[in-house]
Amino acid sequence: MSMGPYSAKVMDHFMNPRNVGVIENPDGVGEVGNPVCGDIMKMFIKVKDNIITDVKFQTFGCGSAIATSSMATELIKGKTIEEALKLTNVAVAEALDGLPKIKMHCSVLAEEAVQAAIDDYLKKTTGKGLPGFKPHDEPLQEH
Amino acid sequence: MSNRTYLDFAATTPTDPSVLAAMLPYFSEKYGNPSSIHSFGQETRAAIEAARQQVAGLIAAKPEEIVFTSGGTEADNQALEGIAWANEKNGNHIICSAIEHHAVLHCAEFLKKRGFAVTVVPVDQDGLVSPEAVAQAITPKTVLVSVMHANNEIGTVEPIREISEVIGRRTKDEGRKIYFHTDAVQTAGHLPINVAELGVDLLSISAHKLYGPKGIGALYIKKGTRLTPFLHGGGQENNRRASTENVPGIVGFGAAADLAAQTMAEENAKLLPLRDKLIKGLTTLIPDVRLNGHASVRLPNNVNVSVKFIEGESMLLNLDMLGIAASSGSACTSGSLDPSHVLLAIGLPHEIAHGSLRFTLGKQTTEAEIDLVLEKLPPIVDKLRRMSPLYPGGKK
Repeated sequence: MSMGPYSAKVMDHFMNPRNVGVIENPDGVGEVGNPVCGDIMKMFIKVKDNIITDVKFQTFGCGSAIATSSMATELIKGKTIEEALKLTNVAVAEALDGLPKIKMHCSVLAEEAVQAAIDDYLKKTTGKGLPGFKPHDEPLQEH
Repeated sequence: MSNRTYLDFAATTPTDPSVLAAMLPYFSEKYGNPSSIHSFGQETRAAIEAARQQVAGLIAAKPEEIVFTSGGTEADNQALEGIAWANEKNGNHIICSAIEHHAVLHCAEFLKKRGFAVTVVPVDQDGLVSPEAVAQAITPKTVLVSVMHANNEIGTVEPIREISEVIGRRTKDEGRKIYFHTDAVQTAGHLPINVAELGVDLLSISAHKLYGPKGIGALYIKKGTRLTPFLHGGGQENNRRASTENVPGIVGFGAAADLAAQTMAEENAKLLPLRDKLIKGLTTLIPDVRLNGHASVRLPNNVNVSVKFIEGESMLLNLDMLGIAASSGSACTSGSLDPSHVLLAIGLPHEIAHGSLRFTLGKQTTEAEIDLVLEKLPPIVDKLRRMSPLYPGGKK
């Protein structure tokens, strides 16, 4: 089966993405990326006792944007907020058995989507967002 | 992998078996260097000159007006730089359209860095270049205008003859020659071409777009046009392109040109209804799909649509999983972060340009394949749209 430039794992998460959709009344929701660069990720989280009990995403983007969103949701589901905040773009890419170099910016977006959702959750619960959180608002270059 | 559906003929075409058969003797049997005076050289020399006639015949040119190149890119580069350097003393201004192939646009940018002024003429929403806009862009310093015959992405066929007429008028007014080049890589072998009727001084062709081999192309250079050569070395191609000739490639190009001249009308008669069926199907079966490029003044094999709310590469990957090969102007497929310059030039917003999909039909295309796309694409679009935060129908 042809897979373009991607690993089997990327294609699996692209063709059968986990946790697609919307959470009604989420405890946190974050959106990163912009239409100019061609990737938008929106992430919804449900939090109970500091644990991310549910997570869903919507993504406008290429194969790796969808796959990294899917993998990021799997990696933070059931984790504490602190654990989820430790998720790096490199960890997302590694969990997918790697990404083409030009697609690494998708994993950065996935990391930021998680942080944006947690930032929103913290704002709602503590009145203060994630310290120092500032997602890229420019199209991302290669990382 | 027998059940694959290839709908990317504008990217490249398979070498026709008859073309390959014509080429094969020129590898190990007839291998002489065409510059050699012995019989080995003479037979390949004769083969090259026969191919030159075939290629010239395809565009109604004289054989001596054809220079073989390594492909379309070299032909475009040779045309722009060759005219630029040869006419430096007469002027330093070049005009091209906003939807030229990168082989022209990036060459013009290179010349800009070397002191040339470049005017990029915009196109309208259908991708058409206005002859009047070209006329207005001409200055006393203009040496060259380059407008492609038809666009490779959106299929719009440009009014080359009309543009040539305005250039001719301005040439008269200015009292000096303004050269006109057209990149005919997408049209040669697909639409009838007569260089005199088009009124061009230079025209680029690539063999692998017309069922010939890769690595060979040609530049038509109207008799009397002086170019500074690109390659320096031997006296091949009448001193216009040094390097031992690519004999098998040239022979294959000639055979492909001959074949195209014979089959063009029949092929177009077959492709037009298939093209229109695909356009109609895509735009009616899937909501929020727009056709890119001119509705009627377009290549007979080109379908380019934008599918709103989703991105092109994700559609291509899904199609590829089903064995269907297409292409997209999305950033993710271009190796850069910007979507196609052509789609932006016709005024599409970035997110619509990212959602473009191009199907280009060819000799092997069947109606069953068109039906297959029309059956398989709607559920793919539906699935991706339900994933998209931009899709209003997705937030349930």
